[in-house]
Amino acid sequence: MNNKVLDNRAWFFVLPVLVIVLFSALLPLMTVINYSVQDTIGPNAFFWNGAGWFRDILDPTTDIGARFAGALRRNLLFSGIILLIEVPLGIAISLCMPRKGWKVGPTLVVMALPLLIPWNVVGTIWQVFARNDIGLFGYTIRALGIDYNYTVDPTSAWITVIIMDVWHWTSLVALLCFAGLKAIPDAFYQAARIDGASRWAVFVNIELPKLRRVLVIAVLLRFMDSFMIYTEPFVVTGGGPGNATTFISVDLVKIALGELDLGRSAALSLVYNLIILAICWIFFTVTTHLEGREETPG
Amino acid sequence: MTERLSAGAMTMPRDIAPAAVAERRFAVNWRAIGLGLYLLALALPIYWLINMSFKTNIEINSTMTLFPRHPIVTNYVHIFKDPSWYLGYVHSLTYVVINVVISIAVALPAAYAFSRYRFLGDKHLFFWLLTNRMAPPAVYALPFFNLYTAVGLFDTPWAVALAHCLFNVPLAVWILEGFISGVPREIDETAQIDGYSFPHFFVKIFLPLIANGVGVAAFFCFMFSWVEMLLASTLTSVNAKPIAAVMTRTVSAAGMDWGMLAAAGVLTMIPGAIVIWFVRNHIAKGFALGRV
Repeated sequence: MNNKVLDNRAWFFVLPVLVIVLFSALLPLMTVINYSVQDTIGPNAFFWNGAGWFRDILDPTTDIGARFAGALRRNLLFSGIILLIEVPLGIAISLCMPRKGWKVGPTLVVMALPLLIPWNVVGTIWQVFARNDIGLFGYTIRALGIDYNYTVDPTSAWITVIIMDVWHWTSLVALLCFAGLKAIPDAFYQAARIDGASRWAVFVNIELPKLRRVLVIAVLLRFMDSFMIYTEPFVVTGGGPGNATTFISVDLVKIALGELDLGRSAALSLVYNLIILAICWIFFTVTTHLEGREETPG
Repeated sequence: MTERLSAGAMTMPRDIAPAAVAERRFAVNWRAIGLGLYLLALALPIYWLINMSFKTNIEINSTMTLFPRHPIVTNYVHIFKDPSWYLGYVHSLTYVVINVVISIAVALPAAYAFSRYRFLGDKHLFFWLLTNRMAPPAVYALPFFNLYTAVGLFDTPWAVALAHCLFNVPLAVWILEGFISGVPREIDETAQIDGYSFPHFFVKIFLPLIANGVGVAAFFCFMFSWVEMLLASTLTSVNAKPIAAVMTRTVSAAGMDWGMLAAAGVLTMIPGAIVIWFVRNHIAKGFALGRV
């Protein structure tokens, strides 16, 4: 797209978006920044605290710092695990999906269904489904002789939260890949067949390169959303047992709305937001850079 | 080759990738089995919720049954009779619709601008917009509460609709930009030469060309507004209470009312299911956000 016209009047087209996003992003952000450098003792009694909260949060020896470090570790672990499961699984599912015929419609509908269930209902579904007394999943696992109870055992809680996320979001990755696969012309496959390419060779040399663009979107979306996860673990485990599944969002809401600790929560918010931004920016820059380098010679 | 195909055709669908057909030697279709298992795994938890919604609490808590022994519909009847229950759905749908309309209306011209023009700060602006998609709702819950209380919108559908614009507007701009860039510039220029005014051209010629894109963007805005619950329940209290907040009522001193909770949950899936059915033919391209 290098044939764009330079015209600064285009700003008028962007103006409505700017107004609405400034209203809902910049004003709250300023509130957050404002709170983050102040301490409060009761309503409307604020005093300057400078970078105090930020120092506390980034220092794991303080109470809040330890909480944040723990939650951050859990968040990174969670995002890492679900990306490692959902991306390969999503690719595999997309390869299994029918491309033509009457089966396509129903398959797509069933796959998209979990994506449109409100997040608290997703939590509710798994809260019940994974119960080892009244839920099919938990009951079956226990019937197999495995000790499984997500309300008391941290490992069970983690497994539940991860399986829930895989159930909830793998379809997104699969649907993105499906879109990428559909865009591959039949001629590519015919050429591969003439060359006698194996199934694996077709996947590595034809399908995977074509999937790269959609996979970038998939990884970005899944990373962002898994790193911001709140409602589902909150409903299922409430962050427990103990604080085994307390992710940053869960802790942040507890500090902000539960303990009404404005200064700490605001500072935490900013650090949290900056981490997501930084990781997304690095990922985005690296992938577009790689893409640009590979496409320029050809 | 022909023999193998006709032998396999009974058990395997013919619509698999052409390359796979050549090397298929067994009648066992692993792809169909794999996909079938996956779809089953997706459906089971949903089935469990539906199953539970037709049971009494006594049956839920005392026995482990794969289907309701004595199916009842009282849970659903209760929801449809009690305004504090069914109004939850009305409120949720209200702010979702407002949000979709606002998001698409403001995103369309912006996406056109990003797709067709270079202007001062365009790349930075685009990235900044996307960063709002990365903002955790948990960060914004408290400041939004303050903001919408200050401007008098607290506890109205508008508060939630505007709050959801934070992540839906950037998403809509991103999706629409992808679709608009797929329409050749020559069309704009031809229309200009033919003497169409810009608004006339945009509505009469351009919009129909990107109708799929608009549909897909609307679908995504619907989706993310419908499923988001933290902001929706923080920004409302009584008059605009979303169904998610109503559902927390089932936790009482008498214990969980699982049957009601399940019935309410099942009903929240219906709008989504209807919307998916309508967009199912565009869903694949839509999920790639117009970028394949």
